[in-house]
Amino acid sequence: MAKKNPSKRPAASSKFEEPMTGTTVFNVPLPADLKALKGTSPIVVKQPYNIEYLHSYGQDSPFFAGLSNKKLLGTKCPKCDYTWATPRLACTQCGGETDWVEIPQTGRVHTFTTCYFGGEEFLKETPFHLVLVEFDGVDTLLLSRLLGPAQPEEIKIGMKIKAKFRRNSQLKPTDVYFVPA
Amino acid sequence: MVSGGVSKFAKARPDATFQKIVKESFDYAMNDVPKLKHSMIDGSVVSYFSDHFTRQLMAGIMAVDYLGLCPKPNKRIEGGGATGGLCFQAGWEAVASGRMNVCAAFGFETMSRVPTWKGNEFIALASDVNFDYPVGGFYSGYYAMMVNRHMHEFGTTVEQLAMVSVKNHMNAYGNPYAQKRRKLTIADVRNSAMVAYPLTLLDICVMSDGAATCILADEETAFKLTDHPVKITGVGTGTDMMRMSDRPHGEVLLAPNEKKSDYRNLKYPGVHSFRAGRSAGLQAYKMAGITDPLKQLDFVELHDAYTSSEIQTYEDLALCKYGDGGKFVEAGYPFMPQIDYGMKLPKKGALPVNPSGGLIACGHPVGATGLMQAVFAFWQIQGSIKKHYGSPELQLKKANRGLIHSHAGTGTYVTVSIMERGW
Ligand SMILES: [Zn+2]
Repeated sequence: MAKKNPSKRPAASSKFEEPMTGTTVFNVPLPADLKALKGTSPIVVKQPYNIEYLHSYGQDSPFFAGLSNKKLLGTKCPKCDYTWATPRLACTQCGGETDWVEIPQTGRVHTFTTCYFGGEEFLKETPFHLVLVEFDGVDTLLLSRLLGPAQPEEIKIGMKIKAKFRRNSQLKPTDVYFVPA
Repeated sequence: MVSGGVSKFAKARPDATFQKIVKESFDYAMNDVPKLKHSMIDGSVVSYFSDHFTRQLMAGIMAVDYLGLCPKPNKRIEGGGATGGLCFQAGWEAVASGRMNVCAAFGFETMSRVPTWKGNEFIALASDVNFDYPVGGFYSGYYAMMVNRHMHEFGTTVEQLAMVSVKNHMNAYGNPYAQKRRKLTIADVRNSAMVAYPLTLLDICVMSDGAATCILADEETAFKLTDHPVKITGVGTGTDMMRMSDRPHGEVLLAPNEKKSDYRNLKYPGVHSFRAGRSAGLQAYKMAGITDPLKQLDFVELHDAYTSSEIQTYEDLALCKYGDGGKFVEAGYPFMPQIDYGMKLPKKGALPVNPSGGLIACGHPVGATGLMQAVFAFWQIQGSIKKHYGSPELQLKKANRGLIHSHAGTGTYVTVSIMERGW
């Protein structure tokens, strides 16, 4: 890939991000001739949209309890033996109920990316690596973060990685992350 | 289908609310078939993707009432990125079932009300909020993981991805409705900002404000309204599991032109292929009597939210075998025969894909996108590109049968519809 910035100096921006700020006004003019109104510039106002949810993990809750106890829990169908790394209580193969099982804490990179941008909530954490982890004896994958490599070129599909857990659990799926094994 | 209309897709339309943008596309469609009187419309279906973007629940009915279509039947259709394609098929269902003789299908999205990165957050909420969103919440990241696996399985290259971007941006040069009309090289695409490795800014579609309308009618009514109706001869809708990590690693759903022995070691769909796209394609091909899509289709308008998903979709639609998508673009099959791309393309024009410029260049106002594809395909089949684009540059000589393809969230919903010359 071409290196476009050999000098290592950040490039000056060539455009402004559209600001979310405006100017406070208390009145706008109105022409006397109402026929002229169709030419009115659009009036744009800023409105907040903040909501807090009490989100329940529901039947997935044991996974998060597992993470806070440094265990990686998946589910397994007692009939089909099908095992999910990202747990689900209902087996999609037979419709039966699955059981909680501990899955290995070492696996391999099934695929990966490095995010240089992201949704606003995660923008401050960029760049970061995402990986889908595959485990021996488990039929599905787990989405997680990979820490350690500085550049995407250092990550290889099939490379061995191991789970690490945050000391202070946030009860989020990022309580577990992976590092090269 | 008897008529269609599209508002110009733009980064921002602060001059209009969503109702007015819908009406622009609706009025365009109505004006294109003067014999169609407003009173002849029996009902409608409306689509938009995100309540977060509109910050207005029941926005659908507000578009319907603005168009004066009350108190006739209507419902809102939603299915992520495939929202527009699902809406098109819901309109077809209303007519095919006999419930309506004439149905208007319209959709919109106004995405400019929030900054790009907040918009990306809204879109990422269309991934599992227990397990996926909190880990990285970014659709470009999800698609980047999928294409990295595709590259690993099949040897697809970033230059092949870039060729899709060059093609679609160049095609859009002849499409006045497109948001981005640029002449690019492979190097331009690779040198633009890295968003999610290996996808750059120019591998990814942009957010838009826009609307599109399709007017659908039964055959008898259609010929009363126009001499050149387009017949919908096949529809297919596929689904897959929301979390791509959950998708099976099993056997390929075989197309009529494939054999089990073609894929001895391939675990399918994994995260490299879209099983929903294959499922939708097979249903539509069966209904339309298509057994060799590469030969039997004249063009394709597909959901290229990412250059990578265009390449993956060639394979899902059996335009080539799984694994050959990169070579398919490299050989030139999906390029327009009449356009100079500044590249050597031995098979140039064999099956033009995204003659309009696709999502990458036209923009992706989610609820309108699948309907926009239907309108562009409709004009292409009618041979009326010159009338609607103002230039014949993008008109294909042979455009009797086209395929439109709409796709949601890492391949969770995919629609495929086959459109043919009806006269
Ligand atoms: Zn089971």
